[in-house]
Amino acid sequence: MRQIVILGAGTAGTMMANKLYKSLNSGEWRITVVDQHKTHYYQPGFLFIPFGIYKKEDVIKPKADFIPSGVNLIFSSIDRIEANSNKVFLEGGKVLNYDYLIIASGTKTCPEETPGMKDKLWYKEIFDFYTIDGALALQNFFKYWEGGKLVMAITELPYKCPVAPLEFVFLADAYFTEKGIRDKVDITYVTPMSGAFTKPIATKMLSELLKEKNIKVVPDFYIEHIDNDEKKIVSYDNQEIDFDVLTIVPMNMGDKMIERSGLGDDMNFVPTNKETLRSDAFENIFVLGDASNIPTSKAGSVAHFAAEILFENLMSAIEGRPLYAKFDGHANCYIETGFGKGALIDFNYTTEPLPGTFPLPGIGPFGLLENTKMNHYGKVMFRWIYWHILLKGKELPVEPLMSMAGKKTVN
Amino acid sequence: MAQKTYSGKTLEVTNEGYLVNQADWSKEVAADMAKEIGMELTPKHYEVLEYLRKENATGIPLTIRKVGKSGIVDIKGLYDLFPGGPLKFSSKLAGIPKPVSCV
Repeated sequence: MRQIVILGAGTAGTMMANKLYKSLNSGEWRITVVDQHKTHYYQPGFLFIPFGIYKKEDVIKPKADFIPSGVNLIFSSIDRIEANSNKVFLEGGKVLNYDYLIIASGTKTCPEETPGMKDKLWYKEIFDFYTIDGALALQNFFKYWEGGKLVMAITELPYKCPVAPLEFVFLADAYFTEKGIRDKVDITYVTPMSGAFTKPIATKMLSELLKEKNIKVVPDFYIEHIDNDEKKIVSYDNQEIDFDVLTIVPMNMGDKMIERSGLGDDMNFVPTNKETLRSDAFENIFVLGDASNIPTSKAGSVAHFAAEILFENLMSAIEGRPLYAKFDGHANCYIETGFGKGALIDFNYTTEPLPGTFPLPGIGPFGLLENTKMNHYGKVMFRWIYWHILLKGKELPVEPLMSMAGKKTVN
Repeated sequence: MAQKTYSGKTLEVTNEGYLVNQADWSKEVAADMAKEIGMELTPKHYEVLEYLRKENATGIPLTIRKVGKSGIVDIKGLYDLFPGGPLKFSSKLAGIPKPVSCV
């Protein structure tokens, strides 16, 4: 019996387990999935929790519900991978042998990496919304808050779901407007990038939207520490920004297990060929989703598109053929902009987000780089699609590689 | 695309002033580019520029954090050397492309 081991049962690992189970002969292959947590979180939903739009129950389901019963699912922490001997060591000494390994252990927030973040104001006046605990604590804080300086700050690149902090300030604008205290809330968006987004055309559209909503942007701000007594963030070049409540994207790093295995870069992401999705170091290791160092967004949509490519290449590797499928870094992100509207961007390694229609050229129904009600419905529907189609590895009517059809070029 | 004269040669640069051909770079070119923004390069600056060129050649995206761990300079030091744009200015002076963020 040959063995495929998948490390991680998040979005990427779950999709891969479903795809492989459907395609591989179960008499010949045994598929094992390892994860330390039993709960699957719908992470795009965390964003809505601080504003009371989603409850905790809306974003959680048991992981086991999404893994086919013929797949061996183990709940355990992973000690390390020994890639030279094709072995995975679990906590407690159990050893898994593999012929092929798929690393899908994701990225984690590391608030302890920034001095003063996980200090006396943590979850009192400093919050993240990338964890269920942070999102719920913030929901509780906002319920009773009467206004002041709200600062949304990004610590370091890369981070999961690059549009989430933008969505957060758009939703905050709508939330406090509806509460009738928007005039008492000062919203500031702080980023180490030189603009609201890295790509020029999308930055222009988003900057106009931020201005329209009276949200201040402070670019090129690289946080060195947080002063809990004076309640301010301080940058490496000694700029300071005061806050009454700070919502923050902590530094993102790959799993510590990657570091223990000696397979990561300086942020514990696994060096991976950005086209084939195979590990740079080992021919029988592939990497899917946020765990890799490929230069595109850390997001579920990327993992979904990449899963198709990885699957093709894994089949080729098994049959001893060259890896011909090439990933293009395709990402597709709905951006909630508040008041029942949304924007949509679709891009890859080389093509920045452009205006147009999606997925059908000239028809849509979604408008790229446009702020429309239809795009918001896309985001709302997506939660259903996520649980019922995406995780189960079923086809979506969107090609894995980005298409120029329906996009307008901008000079 | 635009052209600029550095170290007595006419060189191709992007609209933002980054060298188009990395092979055009020399210490003298870097010194002339620095003068344009009112900077004087010290041996420490050159040490950083050489490091950036070497790292860039590996194809792995550069980050401020990575330079800060290089052992040549820490992050605060990098800000002191290249005020206002530690990675942007240093990349420009090193003759490598504008740093991309992974978004």
